[in-house]
Amino acid sequence: MNIKACITVTLKNGVLDPQGQAIRQALNSLDFPGIGSVRQGKVFDITLEDTSEPDAEKLLQDMCEKLLANTVIEDYTVRIIR
Amino acid sequence: MKAAIIQFPGSNRDTDMAHALSLVTGYAPRMIWHGETALPPLDLIVLPGGFSYGDYLRAGAIAARSPILDAIRTQAERGVAVLGVCNGFQILTEAQLLPGGLMRNASLKFVCRTVQLQVENNRTPFTSRFLPNQIIDCPVAHHDGNYFADPRTLAALEENGQIVFRYANGTNPNGSINDIAGVTNRQGNVLGLMPHPENLVEPSQGGTNGRPLFESILDNLS
Repeated sequence: MNIKACITVTLKNGVLDPQGQAIRQALNSLDFPGIGSVRQGKVFDITLEDTSEPDAEKLLQDMCEKLLANTVIEDYTVRIIR
Repeated sequence: MKAAIIQFPGSNRDTDMAHALSLVTGYAPRMIWHGETALPPLDLIVLPGGFSYGDYLRAGAIAARSPILDAIRTQAERGVAVLGVCNGFQILTEAQLLPGGLMRNASLKFVCRTVQLQVENNRTPFTSRFLPNQIIDCPVAHHDGNYFADPRTLAALEENGQIVFRYANGTNPNGSINDIAGVTNRQGNVLGLMPHPENLVEPSQGGTNGRPLFESILDNLS
C-alpha cells in the first residue's frame, strides 16, 4: 500500500532557537495572549509506494537519522498519516 | 605537496583557496568535482567556502552526502590532513568528521566583517607558524556560523585542545558557544573554521594575517 507520512524536525530543547524567539516577539506584538515559547522547525511530507506501515516507519526513521535531521542539534518525529 | 580542493555546486571560495595555496606553498592544488568517487594519494584535502546546494535543508547537509565524501572519510581516517573553511566546516560537521554543528547566526543576520581570532592551539599541522595565543584580524562572511556542541562534547573539546581558534575581545559574530571559531577532530588532522584566512595572504587583500596557516601546511604536510 501507499503510505503518507509527515516528519517534523525541530531544534532540541536547550538549543537556542533565535528564529523561534523572533516569531514569539512578533506574536506578542500582535497582542496574542499567553504565549510561553515558540520553536521553529521543518516539515517533510513524504509518500512511500508499495510498503507496509512497519517497513515505512523504519525507513522514515533511517531517513531522519541519515539526512533529514542533524541529530547533534535537532529532534525529529515521524507521523504516519495513512 | 599534493593538495586537492573539492568543488561542490555552489562553492565560491574554491579559486581563492587555490590562489592562497599556490601563492604561499608554491604547489598548485588539484580541483576535484564532488561527484568523483575516488581520490589520488594526497597530503591535504580542502573543502572550500561557499553555499553548496544553496544551503538547502541545512548548510552543508546535502554536500556532506556527496559521492566524494566516502573517499575523503577514508583518507581522513588514514591521517591525511583535511581543512574545511566556512561552508567546508559546515560540511565536515554534517559529515560527522568534526564534532558539533553550525546553526543560524544568533543575530539571524548574515555577517560580513573582520573579527579578532585567537589561536588557541598552535600545536597542529595547520597552526604551527602562529605564536601561542596570537590574535589576528581575519574576515568572516556567513549566515550559519553559530557553533554548538552538547556539554559533554564541549568539555572534551576543551580538554583535548581541539578548540584551535576562538573569537577574541567580544568579536564573536554569530553567538557561537564558548566563542568557538574553529575545531579539530580528536586526532588533530581534520580542521574546520568559519573565518577566511585564504582571503588574507597578500597585501592587495588588505593584509597577510592568513599566511601562517598556509606556511604551517607547507612545513608539516609537504
